[in-house]
Amino acid sequence: MKADQDLTDVLASLALFADLSRPQIEAVAHTCEEVSFPQGQRVLRQGFSHPDFYLIVEGEAEVRIDGVSRTKLGRGDFFGEVAVLLDEPATADVVSLTFLRCMTLPGSDLHQLLVSFPELMFRMLKVETGRLRQTLEWRP
Amino acid sequence: MAPVDRPFPPGDYPVVVVGSGPGGLQTSYFLRRHGIEHAVISKDEEPGGMFRQFPLFDRLVSWTKPYAPVKEGTREYEWFDWNSLLADDPADWVGVGQFMDGTSEFPSREEMHKAITTYAEKNKIQVRYGCTWEGTERNENGFVIKTSEGDYSCRVAVFGVGVAEPWKPPNIPGIEDIPHYIEMGPPKTYAGKSLYILGKATSAFEVADGLLPWAKSMVLSSPSEVKLSVVERSLAGLRARYTQPLEDYAIGGRTVTILDASTERIEKMHEGFRVSLRGSMANWELSLDFDAAVATTGVSAPLQDLPDIGVATFSGGRLPGQTPYWESASVPGIYFTGSITQGAVGMRGPGGAAVHAFRYCTRILASHIAQRQFGQTPKRTPVKGSDLVDFLLDEATRGPELWNQKMYLARVVGFDKKQGLVDEGIHPLAHFVDYDRPDGVAVAVTSVEGVPSPVFYVRSGSRVDEVIGESDLMLDFATPENKRHLTSVLKDVTG
Repeated sequence: MKADQDLTDVLASLALFADLSRPQIEAVAHTCEEVSFPQGQRVLRQGFSHPDFYLIVEGEAEVRIDGVSRTKLGRGDFFGEVAVLLDEPATADVVSLTFLRCMTLPGSDLHQLLVSFPELMFRMLKVETGRLRQTLEWRP
Repeated sequence: MAPVDRPFPPGDYPVVVVGSGPGGLQTSYFLRRHGIEHAVISKDEEPGGMFRQFPLFDRLVSWTKPYAPVKEGTREYEWFDWNSLLADDPADWVGVGQFMDGTSEFPSREEMHKAITTYAEKNKIQVRYGCTWEGTERNENGFVIKTSEGDYSCRVAVFGVGVAEPWKPPNIPGIEDIPHYIEMGPPKTYAGKSLYILGKATSAFEVADGLLPWAKSMVLSSPSEVKLSVVERSLAGLRARYTQPLEDYAIGGRTVTILDASTERIEKMHEGFRVSLRGSMANWELSLDFDAAVATTGVSAPLQDLPDIGVATFSGGRLPGQTPYWESASVPGIYFTGSITQGAVGMRGPGGAAVHAFRYCTRILASHIAQRQFGQTPKRTPVKGSDLVDFLLDEATRGPELWNQKMYLARVVGFDKKQGLVDEGIHPLAHFVDYDRPDGVAVAVTSVEGVPSPVFYVRSGSRVDEVIGESDLMLDFATPENKRHLTSVLKDVTG
């Protein structure tokens, strides 16, 4: 992906935003901030409170719980929402495996974003359900 | 000026600093304090950087309070004075307040520029002015900075070139026909005109506020809703200084209209512009004609060919990705200073873009370069075990670095096996928390539901625990409860 691609265009290409109109996607892009991380930096920190919400727009990251790698995340994946929605400390580390570009939103603003765009909330719910199913399948 | 009198002719230098704004000047000041030989070059003809042109409507949004609860010129005073550049020696310090005429706690552009020029003169900061950075090469020895006057070779390059290039989103048809707000004419050229302002961030309202006495009507539009700094308790929101247009709209003043809409298209007409809008929070479409239009769509750093030598960028190529110590995320040896450091991410969001925030980066950056690139040993001051809790709480209450760069900068006390407790100074909190280092404790200032609160990070081996302290109505964090709690937490670690 080109580094100079506008955030709105990036979001428009992701399934999560497929139900939103272009002005709505622009509104989301304007509400959020784009940030970047060098390879090997922690983006989310297990046990620390009040994390932000992140969505990867470029690069790869790894989810680690107690230092053990659990899964990898890539473009279009989001994280931080569990801690934000449950108002609890982050349940995992997320570490950048490459130069990582993310769209981020303060945790306190996530509620307003989801209420403003119910279609986005529904898409996120589907992703969360998929993650829950995967977790249940892992159980012995 | 005769060329022979100018410092730093092209050649080899251990470090080259590009830029003569507050970032470049302070970086040079602090590199010199560490005895690091360096050259400073600038395309400008005088010091000041962005303050030679900005703010456009003449007054800053950062305060310098002439009458503060603490003594002027002290470290604690820095929280009450967001504009003065830093100096290690009080004799080198130049307070912006002495140039202000008392009509506002926000200095004018001219007052700020005067203070910066005086800082450069008083501290004899040498700059090769009129020397334009034109290109960059990377080789086995470091970098070659190609300029209008020849090549500069260096091991370390520091770019403090500001974030003031006009930037427009690429996907709005016709946007190329309207000026960016940096290119606007003086306010009187808008006398009696209708104006479309594309954008609703602070810069949009700065324009609208400045043109209230001139324009006959203004429409401000962007897809997301306005957020106010006083509601968000964050400088990221619309600054209180520029809320007058919002009040005009709120009470139906008919001069200002504020819309949550996407700009679909801008058409150049025989006279003026036709703007097509589509609601973002509600479904509507509108086409409006204006005498003039302006894009307040943000600014970018003039990175020239740095991306071509591997410098990773983000935000539409506007900023370089950086480590917590402001080194390029992808090209070691290239560092950034000044307002570009807003591209680095702290523990919660990016660092600040204004002088009050990045001035601390310059001091820490120089010290970091001295250690990392030139093998200098950092200065560490012993801390008595019995003083540790009081020291940390005092830093949380009064440390200007912690308040000006919340959750980015922290005071660090190391637990050294030989020396005992040592004050390591101010460092990026993310570095303390994320990278292997000896045990220690870091204190920072965070915001819990908008309320400033102290936060402590205690490292023991590879484990780092977060301890959020309680706030205080008068923001004095040295409360009995915080003392008791912190004493108990640190007892296990320090013995």
